[in-house]
Amino acid sequence: MLELINIRKRLGGQEVLRGVNLKVGQGEKVVVIGRSGCGKSVMLKHIMGLLSPDDGTVIFEGTRLTGLGEEAWNPYRRKIGMLFQGAALFDSLSVFENLAFPLREEGEKNEDVLRGKVAEALKIVSLGGTEEKMPAELSGGMKKRAALARAIIRRPDLMLYDEPTTGLDPIVADSINRLILHLGKMFGMASIVVTHDMTSARMVGDRISYLHEGKIYFEGTPEQVDRCEDPLVRDFVRGHAQGIDVTG
Amino acid sequence: MVRVGKVFNFAGVVGGMVTHSCRTAGGVFLLLADTIRTMFRYRVRWDQLLEQMYFIGIRSQVVVLTTGAFTGAVFAAQVWFQFKRFGMESAIGPTVSIAMCRELGPVLCSLLLAGRVGAAMAAELSSMKITEQVDALRALGVYPTEYLIVPRFLALVLSAPVLTGMALVTGIGVGYFVAVQIFGVDGAYYWDNTIKYTDRKDVLIALIKAVIFGVIIAAIACHKGMNCPPGTAGVGKTTTEAVVNASLAVLITNFFLTVLLNAVLYSN
Repeated sequence: MLELINIRKRLGGQEVLRGVNLKVGQGEKVVVIGRSGCGKSVMLKHIMGLLSPDDGTVIFEGTRLTGLGEEAWNPYRRKIGMLFQGAALFDSLSVFENLAFPLREEGEKNEDVLRGKVAEALKIVSLGGTEEKMPAELSGGMKKRAALARAIIRRPDLMLYDEPTTGLDPIVADSINRLILHLGKMFGMASIVVTHDMTSARMVGDRISYLHEGKIYFEGTPEQVDRCEDPLVRDFVRGHAQGIDVTG
Repeated sequence: MVRVGKVFNFAGVVGGMVTHSCRTAGGVFLLLADTIRTMFRYRVRWDQLLEQMYFIGIRSQVVVLTTGAFTGAVFAAQVWFQFKRFGMESAIGPTVSIAMCRELGPVLCSLLLAGRVGAAMAAELSSMKITEQVDALRALGVYPTEYLIVPRFLALVLSAPVLTGMALVTGIGVGYFVAVQIFGVDGAYYWDNTIKYTDRKDVLIALIKAVIFGVIIAAIACHKGMNCPPGTAGVGKTTTEAVVNASLAVLITNFFLTVLLNAVLYSN
């Protein structure tokens, strides 16, 4: 369904991605883990066409997307949903308007149909009845769920999650993880979850890829990652700060 | 040796500033070209355009009318103090009117718009940029220039001449009141000379300048907003730069426009 071939990207004079290769099959849930600043979010932005690679290719459903202009990307973006790290709800629009936005862009004008679809999407993420609230009135977890509802309202073939549980308490984080699993089962959509939360990675991933220094360093099932004896992977999985001087 | 090093350092700093300015100017022109292309390529979002026109046009009226009124009042008073020494009180009307039309109206109105509207545009767009709302728009298949820039650009370019026209009328009207009611200038002479010596071309100059200044303010504010550096400090910096750059660009462009429009409209 999606293939990244040798993606390279330099930002602010630093080479962030140094030849990333990744494949995601139909309905597959891939988790990309890695330390902060290792290029996980940058990689997601390449899949969505928000950044263009300096080198390498993005292939989605058999079409080479690299090199397409901003407007030529749009039909493909409609097949891919993305949950941003900070939710990225439009803060001047109500929850209803946020969720109706992608449907209106597709030409849906019937207000009853819009109301119905928005209510259904909000029910899936357990936010029924919040249609008239403004994003500023929602908690962090509610914002993420509302943004998730907006991302799935067009039933994308592929969902991208950028740090879906960062900044949330463990209970809300668990509810988001369950939601990711539920959506995958319900709509059969493939997903790529970028996170450094190992609980989340083990829970939602069919496969886990460890991104290190701009490359996929290790790939395997959650069990294989847990058993991996490579010091870099092991330290990350177990949360050990070996090799980092914390004493000053 | 040390002196040579200092000269090289200075040259490096100046060179860096020139390169940065050229890059920014290039970015503004590219955004302007993209905005004009997008305007013809996509349907206009009337809801967004009307919302922006309400914010820019209606909500700026009090500020613009107050500025127009007091500029006309002060100018009429100053001219009266000078002209009465030579017995030229009857020339106050056309002097106020022509000055308001050709320079004071469009320039002051545009500076106010740069401060009020340019700052708001830059701050709003940069906040959207740093909170990934611009990326979210793109991810939902919407071209940001079409949704964010075109309505703001059109609203400012359409509102600027209307607001300038209102500032002119107010300034000239209040100038009349000050000269006639406060300083006792003959109202019939004042008004007759104002109409006699104020040309349609003077009003045309005001409106042309207002449209061009509107383009400049919108392009600079939107460019700054869409290129905001990350972090909340970036929003403050972007907003300040947008207002300062737009105000300077208006003042500098005004000189060249004055020369050009006089050459074109008064060539005979």
